[in-house]
Amino acid sequence: MPKELPSKKTHVGRLGYSYRRNLHERFIESILFLSALLSVVIMLAIVVMLVKESVVFFQHVSIWEFLTDTQWTPLFDDAHYGILPLVAGTVVSSVVALLVALPLGTIIAIYLSEFAPFAVREVAKPFLELLGGIPTVVYGYFALLFVTPLLQIIFPELPGFSLLSAGLVMGIMIIPYVSSMTEDAMRAVPMQLREGSYAMGATRFQTAIRVVTPAAFSGIAAAYILGISRAVGETMVVAIAAGMQPNLTWNPMEPAATITAYIVQVSLGDLPHGSVGYQTIFAAGLTLLLITLVFNIIGHLLRKRYREIY
Amino acid sequence: MQKSTEINQYKSEVKNLSFYYGTFNALKNIDMVLHDKKITALIGPSGCGKSTFLRCFNRMHDLYPGNRYEGDIMLYPDNVNILLPRVDPIEVRMRISMVFQKPNPFPKSIYENVAYGLRVRGIKQRAILDEKIEDALRNAALWDEVKDRLNDLAFNLSGGQQQRLCIARALATDPEILLFDEPTSALDPIATASIEELIADLKDKVTILIVTHNMQQAARVSDYTAYMYLGELIEFDETDTIFIKPKNKQTEDYITGRFG
Repeated sequence: MPKELPSKKTHVGRLGYSYRRNLHERFIESILFLSALLSVVIMLAIVVMLVKESVVFFQHVSIWEFLTDTQWTPLFDDAHYGILPLVAGTVVSSVVALLVALPLGTIIAIYLSEFAPFAVREVAKPFLELLGGIPTVVYGYFALLFVTPLLQIIFPELPGFSLLSAGLVMGIMIIPYVSSMTEDAMRAVPMQLREGSYAMGATRFQTAIRVVTPAAFSGIAAAYILGISRAVGETMVVAIAAGMQPNLTWNPMEPAATITAYIVQVSLGDLPHGSVGYQTIFAAGLTLLLITLVFNIIGHLLRKRYREIY
Repeated sequence: MQKSTEINQYKSEVKNLSFYYGTFNALKNIDMVLHDKKITALIGPSGCGKSTFLRCFNRMHDLYPGNRYEGDIMLYPDNVNILLPRVDPIEVRMRISMVFQKPNPFPKSIYENVAYGLRVRGIKQRAILDEKIEDALRNAALWDEVKDRLNDLAFNLSGGQQQRLCIARALATDPEILLFDEPTSALDPIATASIEELIADLKDKVTILIVTHNMQQAARVSDYTAYMYLGELIEFDETDTIFIKPKNKQTEDYITGRFG
């Protein structure tokens, strides 16, 4: 007969309520809750700060002027406050970056998920993720001192600072984010779906394109949206390699400032707090936030629409 | 002369087939035949290798590294061993279709699901697709239920309808052999009955090999039954013989529920 465990005795006749255990659970629960709350509070604090400071800005400058003026020269004597040049710089550099990152990232993901033998994937994936770990300032100088001179061989008229060079390098920088998330989404597609396709006589490529990609659509959309958000919000590369003069242009061969590059420039600077010039960075920051918010909402809607069913 | 008529009755002949997952010997020296336009059932306890055996017929094991076949699966009238490395598994799968255990429709419309096999064969003409798809859906007893919503996503169908859609998908390419891997194990009894009825109707058109863990199902639908145990084929005969007077004691024990 085994000896009765001592703990068993203490439980006899005690189907009651343990205050100590309950208190402990509540304590843990409130810590978890507060941690979750913190991120919401910080997000709200950022929004409130941006909106409050922007309100001050918009008391000096009308929203109409902000949205339609084609010049951004807040630091000049003849000050203009049109956000368009900065938006154009952001859009052009992002489009160049996405033209590199989305196709390449997707192709890499399809290769790694559907074609690569196990050993290749095990080596290639960490390397790819390492690419995402390189500090962005390094990418910035890579663009300025390596890619720009290289591009100047092909386009001799290319200036020392250009949206093209910054965008290309930004695209390379974003590839790992896009490919890694896309590959995860594709690998999450159940094997029985692939088998269904192979059993119909499909090739690997047909299976990848016609079955796996649509099945992983919501994950791939999320990866693309993340890529877009990164491109729009990227700062160092464009600040270093695209130049800092606001310039309303849709031509990637020209230098121009993006919203982020402008914020860096002013944040570094010597503008007195409270001046309209200083206030501009909040209006610019709010614009940036709204742009990324729109993409996040689109991503959310896409994900809801093409929710994974497996 | 006698020989050739005998061959003609066979759609396929399995000769001394062994199969290995890496070093694990999953199938051991199997000899069997598939009679043309008949239903052959594979029964046996879990892990006996019946699904592994089925998946040899469309070279499904080629998808994973480390798998190895030995022996022959002859396909008639070609008289070719489909396990030969020089035979392209894609060619094999174009003639031998498969329906899986769990309905696995693609994330596409009902129409495009059935069109899939035709599209991967490069067929684009709308008229041909329309006709083949209607035929396949009719043969799978699904046409009346879906004819007004061919562009709906396949996921909106019920489980039984999804499985019939998968059967239509497999039929659309006019396969010579249709493989079923426990096609009703994820379905309720009513859906199961309709699938069984469908399988029985299909045997005029196609040779069928079906894996089932349900002995009543094997007895109801099949003409021939093979009993497998631990990777070996214990007994293969007409279904009536297997169920009424099996020659082997092991088969009898399994059939009568004394074991398995």
